[in-house]
Amino acid sequence: MKKVLIDPITRIEGHLSVELEVEGGKVAAAHVRGDMFRGFEMILRGRNPADAIQITQRICGVCPISHGIVSTRAVDSALGITTNSNGRLLRNLALCANYLQSHILHFYHLAAPDYVDITAVLKYSGNDEKINYVKQWVQSELEAKKGRKDAITAAAPFLPRYEGKEFYIQDLDLNIAAITHYLKALEIRMKTHKMVAMFGGRVPHAISFVPGGLAQVPSTEQVKEYRALISEIEDFVKNAYIPDVLAVANAYSDYFSYGKFTDFLTYGEFDEQDGSFLFPQGIYAGETGESFDASLIAEHVKHSRYKSSTGLHPSKGATDPQPEKEGAYSWMKSPRYGGKPLEVGPLARMVVGYTSGNPVIKNEIDSLLQSTGLGVDALFSSLGRHASRALECKILCTKAYQWLDEIQIGAMARSTYEIPQESEGMGLGEAPRGALGHWIAIKNGTIDNYQCVVPTTWNGAPRDDNGIAGPMEQSLIGTPVADPDNPIEPARIVRSFDPCIACAVHVIGNSK
Amino acid sequence: MKGRRFLKRREFIHLMGGFGAALAFPNVLLQGCKKALYKAGKQTPVIWLQGQSCSGCSVSLLNSIDPDIASVITAHISLNFHQTISFATGDTAINIIRQAVENKRDDYILVVEGSIPSKSDLYCTLGEIDGHHKGIREWVEELGSRARAVVAVGTCATYGGIPAAELRATGGNPTGAQSVAEILPQKTVINVPGCPPHPDWMVGTLVQVVLKRRPRLDEYGRPLLYFKDTVHDNCERLQYYKQEVFAEKWGDEGCLYKLGCLGIDTNCDIPKRKWLGGVNSCTGSGSGCIGCTEPAFPDTGKRGLYEHKKG
Repeated sequence: MKKVLIDPITRIEGHLSVELEVEGGKVAAAHVRGDMFRGFEMILRGRNPADAIQITQRICGVCPISHGIVSTRAVDSALGITTNSNGRLLRNLALCANYLQSHILHFYHLAAPDYVDITAVLKYSGNDEKINYVKQWVQSELEAKKGRKDAITAAAPFLPRYEGKEFYIQDLDLNIAAITHYLKALEIRMKTHKMVAMFGGRVPHAISFVPGGLAQVPSTEQVKEYRALISEIEDFVKNAYIPDVLAVANAYSDYFSYGKFTDFLTYGEFDEQDGSFLFPQGIYAGETGESFDASLIAEHVKHSRYKSSTGLHPSKGATDPQPEKEGAYSWMKSPRYGGKPLEVGPLARMVVGYTSGNPVIKNEIDSLLQSTGLGVDALFSSLGRHASRALECKILCTKAYQWLDEIQIGAMARSTYEIPQESEGMGLGEAPRGALGHWIAIKNGTIDNYQCVVPTTWNGAPRDDNGIAGPMEQSLIGTPVADPDNPIEPARIVRSFDPCIACAVHVIGNSK
Repeated sequence: MKGRRFLKRREFIHLMGGFGAALAFPNVLLQGCKKALYKAGKQTPVIWLQGQSCSGCSVSLLNSIDPDIASVITAHISLNFHQTISFATGDTAINIIRQAVENKRDDYILVVEGSIPSKSDLYCTLGEIDGHHKGIREWVEELGSRARAVVAVGTCATYGGIPAAELRATGGNPTGAQSVAEILPQKTVINVPGCPPHPDWMVGTLVQVVLKRRPRLDEYGRPLLYFKDTVHDNCERLQYYKQEVFAEKWGDEGCLYKLGCLGIDTNCDIPKRKWLGGVNSCTGSGSGCIGCTEPAFPDTGKRGLYEHKKG
């Protein structure tokens, strides 16, 4: 048995490391560790409930829009108000744009470097100006830094990387296409952020989210510009993103059987006018669909760095950090649903949508399965997660036009509010990386308790009170590791979850 | 990105912050600047560390429009270590900064995003060296002491930000979160605050530092180029203030002062510069300024972000 430590896992949000036991060339055990803590909920106590919408966005700079919207829902429910039609549409459009931003960033800039050979650019002999620029740049970088002994390196941030003969795509054209799209995707994701800022006021950390909706009043120009941009993004999703995911799937089909997990949870997201969701709510565990019940959530802390009580519902949660706690190895808690670990995220949304017969999702998944010749089981995997993200982008691009059509130009996107002396509220929603819940209690007109249970806490949880490993830990078991000094295979699996550690260790609960 | 890119004079002025830059960088300097920048950028490693951050500053940096982010990392700075972007993982990644420490290098620029916990190093660790979880504080001290320059980006790194927000019941903050300047008292830290900072502020400041020019700083260590005026001075709604037309509810016409806007007490050029190449601004969207570029954020006057003023 050999111990392999990957610290840090880069190209994710935040501080995460993984400790593996490798036996016979395969992962036999895994411990996933969240390595950062800030104490957001402790900070929220005693503040104006309206401040929570801004402060909780700072939990994560990659998915602040989700925190902003879910926080608004929690505050709205405590204030006894709902947003109006424009508020619903503008929230949907801001979140839609941030989903696109997050998924495109994840695939091209965070995950693809595990598959694409950047050095292939040196063999390029075509006429593409941008690729030739990158080629010249890499060449001159290597030239300028020849003979330097230490690792402060040439062609950073693309080199160094894990080195192994078979690790990267061998086909030159495929590599060049991927590098071209890596660059194009930088520009595309910036444009998706233009779309967020249009209604969010700025991004990351949308300033315009307030209790009851958004301060931004939509204009004709904004709607027109959003429409033009979404059409450009849609073109990229259909002609680059989806084909690229399929190309990686084709070259690395093993990853349809690696990184497996089979039990899922989703709160549902993108409010429709009739109260339903574009991506429906539900549980898929033990091969049957179940309806969701928020009272069944509890958080274990036996192996987390907290001395507070274990097994509490988030609305009653407590947090007392204890960095040196015996037997604890992560700042993440272990959320459980009816005692079970569940995976959250794009795959959970697609599986729940598919199994509940949602026609839009079913149609997309069926055509994916048809074009790859795979069965549904293959989706419960590393590549299934990447494919789910791409399909979500396609569905969202199509849907955005309809939301734009429904906007009432020049009309307020918020309802009015008064902050009560005492109240409680809950907000649920779906961040790009999965189920997100905020719980608030108000006393004397200020926040008495505030807690968040975030996607990566579900996925990246350490062992629970009964010693059961979290979804990411379980999914790593059986992964081959060809070279323990360059453990790229488990890194690929961890990245397929799109972990967000700032979210996961912002910390849960604080009531004393 | 068009061919190998040297900055045109117009672009350079834009990058450095508009007309002020033309005065700060006379023509003769600008002529030599383009080549010098490319050369300096190649030779100056940048090590970008994340402490108690949300990565929002890095995400904002990715929104750089002119120059675009691909040009920034291939022509203007040499980004040797960045947790969210680097292709390297695990030991391959950690060795880059480990060797910078062990070889006593002193030719790099250290950029820090996020605050630094002081109560326990376990509140934020990066890498495990010989069984020791290495705290971000240790990295910042070791790399910061020899760095050619230290740039703190974002309000967490510059002044503590949200992780350093005061606990209302007891005072202090949960992890003893501190700014980079508090961790490196012997260094002049260049502060680029903002939650998030505008990409122009980060790129413009980094380019100056790469060129070995020290930006003129205000009393809080902020480059004057971007933080000289208040939000109020350049606000799109200044006329409303002068005419005493005040918004009563979010989204109303009028000056946002009575809704708790902190523009009068906050220095930055967002109403002029705007986000994402002119798409929107904080005050323009009707939301008011929450004072995120100030050392007091988020406890301005002990009141927090929003305080509605009656009447």
